Amino acid sequence: MSATTSSAGPAGPVAAQPARAGTPVPPARPGARRPAAGGRTARRVRRALLGLLAVVIAVVWAFPVYWMVLSSLLPSTRLRASTPSFLPTGATLANYRSVLDGSGFTGALQMSLAITLLTVLAVLVFAFFGALAISRFRFRGRLTFVIAVLFVQMLPAEGLFIAQYKMLSSVNLLNSVVGVSILYTAAVVPFTIWMLRGFVAGVPIELEEAAMVDGLSRTRAFIRITFPLLAPGLVASGVYAFLQAWNEFTVALVALPAESARTLPLWLRSFLAASANRGVDWGEVMAASTLIAVPVIVFFLLVQGRMTSGLVSGAVKG
Amino acid sequence: MPTLEAPPAPPAPAAAAPPRRRRRPLTPYVLLVPAVLVLLAGMGYPLYWQIITSLQEFGLAQQFGQPPTFVGLDNYARIFSDERLWAVVARSIIFCLVNAFLTVGIGVLLALLMKAVHPVVRVVLQVALLLAWAMPMVAAVTVWKWLFDWRTGVINWLLVQVGFDQYSGHAWLAQPLSFFFVATVIIVWMSVPFVALSVYAALTQVSDEVLEAARIDGAGPARILWHITLPLIRPVLSIVLLLQIIWDLRVFAQIRLLQDSGAPVGETNLLGNFIFELGIGRQDFAGAAAVSIFVLALTVLLSWPYVRNLLKEDA
Repeated sequence: MSATTSSAGPAGPVAAQPARAGTPVPPARPGARRPAAGGRTARRVRRALLGLLAVVIAVVWAFPVYWMVLSSLLPSTRLRASTPSFLPTGATLANYRSVLDGSGFTGALQMSLAITLLTVLAVLVFAFFGALAISRFRFRGRLTFVIAVLFVQMLPAEGLFIAQYKMLSSVNLLNSVVGVSILYTAAVVPFTIWMLRGFVAGVPIELEEAAMVDGLSRTRAFIRITFPLLAPGLVASGVYAFLQAWNEFTVALVALPAESARTLPLWLRSFLAASANRGVDWGEVMAASTLIAVPVIVFFLLVQGRMTSGLVSGAVKG
Repeated sequence: MPTLEAPPAPPAPAAAAPPRRRRRPLTPYVLLVPAVLVLLAGMGYPLYWQIITSLQEFGLAQQFGQPPTFVGLDNYARIFSDERLWAVVARSIIFCLVNAFLTVGIGVLLALLMKAVHPVVRVVLQVALLLAWAMPMVAAVTVWKWLFDWRTGVINWLLVQVGFDQYSGHAWLAQPLSFFFVATVIIVWMSVPFVALSVYAALTQVSDEVLEAARIDGAGPARILWHITLPLIRPVLSIVLLLQIIWDLRVFAQIRLLQDSGAPVGETNLLGNFIFELGIGRQDFAGAAAVSIFVLALTVLLSWPYVRNLLKEDA
């Protein structure tokens, strides 16, 4: 069986299906097919039109991201003008300077970094052990654990956050890095166990056994043979945990009520609120948004393929 | 979902020839300890607390130290006879279904479009979708607030340019209906990329010979789409739709952030916001716990087909 993340394989079962599609294909209608030459031109025109449509949609979809970056580079006088500017002529970094100099950003950045790092480390270790357990061993309670993990990953934060707030406040962990990291780790570990399980299962145990025949101990065989093969899986899981912890808003809202404990998403929200009191300075707000978004976009583009196929691979396999 | 005659996967190695590790039955349990502990701390205890609290009187008096009293299902009776809750439930379900179907509909259309166009154009579209998908949620909502800004937002400007003068200075977030329109635009914009790229991946697995055979037999593009392509990718479609429904039922943060701009909170709350207001806002922890249990139960119910599907993979 292949790793969760591979998108190869499904070709078999899916392609084998047409017989089930049912409806017998109707006999060819006379004249149904246009003369080859004319047909080709028509097809080419159609394809060009569709291509144009696709480009327009792409522009519309990317526009908010472009607008964020563009606005962050323009002075507020330009943004308040009655006709918007669509090109970055006269760009300036003044907005970034005032965001970075202003209060709060550095503190929020430190808070976000601390929580994200702790979460990523904890998730990697815990999920790696968990994935090893369920993919390399058969044991009593295994299926129960797997089912529990799959359900837990579906639970919404909104259905638990009041209880999590009460719990943290009763043990004095509100506004602390550790408290919110525990919640984030618990939220992210189930999906990462499932994702890593695919990677571990993809490394045949025979490889390790062969190394042991060659005289390595089991531990050394694991470290020298299997571990390097798992590196891509660990990177993908780490980035996934990073994205979740870095972007998270809902749990942070209840678990970090103090102004001094804000993470970047909470800070961005209050930055906008503070700006609204003086008639929003959208240039600064967009600079703040861009600062938060850029590292995320970069990381995301690195791993998105694995995450997409991980989520639907069960379906693809029919 | 049709269960196909699953290609008999090579029997799980462990089942056929138990690896030697099996001799040490303690190892897997030891390996699971950290994950289980953190899940118990982060999810298990809160869940337990929530169940207990939902069965107790837990008001302000208890906040000041009085022991809670067991009241059975009183909290549920109180909350579920509150018509405000039912308004929120109805609103959440409608919002969820509209968003999920719109997202999947647009996603499928974009996937078909990707299949039809030149590879270069396809990559352009894919990059645009990935950019939208990658945007952190809070940053995305902030940008959309700027786009829909009543005074200098580019959307009002554009509408005025094409002749809708009434949109000059239009405050989108002030009315519940246009508030939810903006929320829908944001959520669809954020969610379509996942659907479009997943469905596109499924479409690339549909064999060209089948389509060619249908074409030779004279089936038009619409017939091929409806009778061959869509049935072939149905498993992916149903999973993606199910995930969207589950995800859109829990929309909280986007609404909360949009409400910051002075929307009528009572008329724009969804389930998550209602729980937040009940618990954090009014300190009615018992009521909030009861509604949370309801939301969790609904999620588990909806997730069952998805989980069953993933389990098929667990050899």
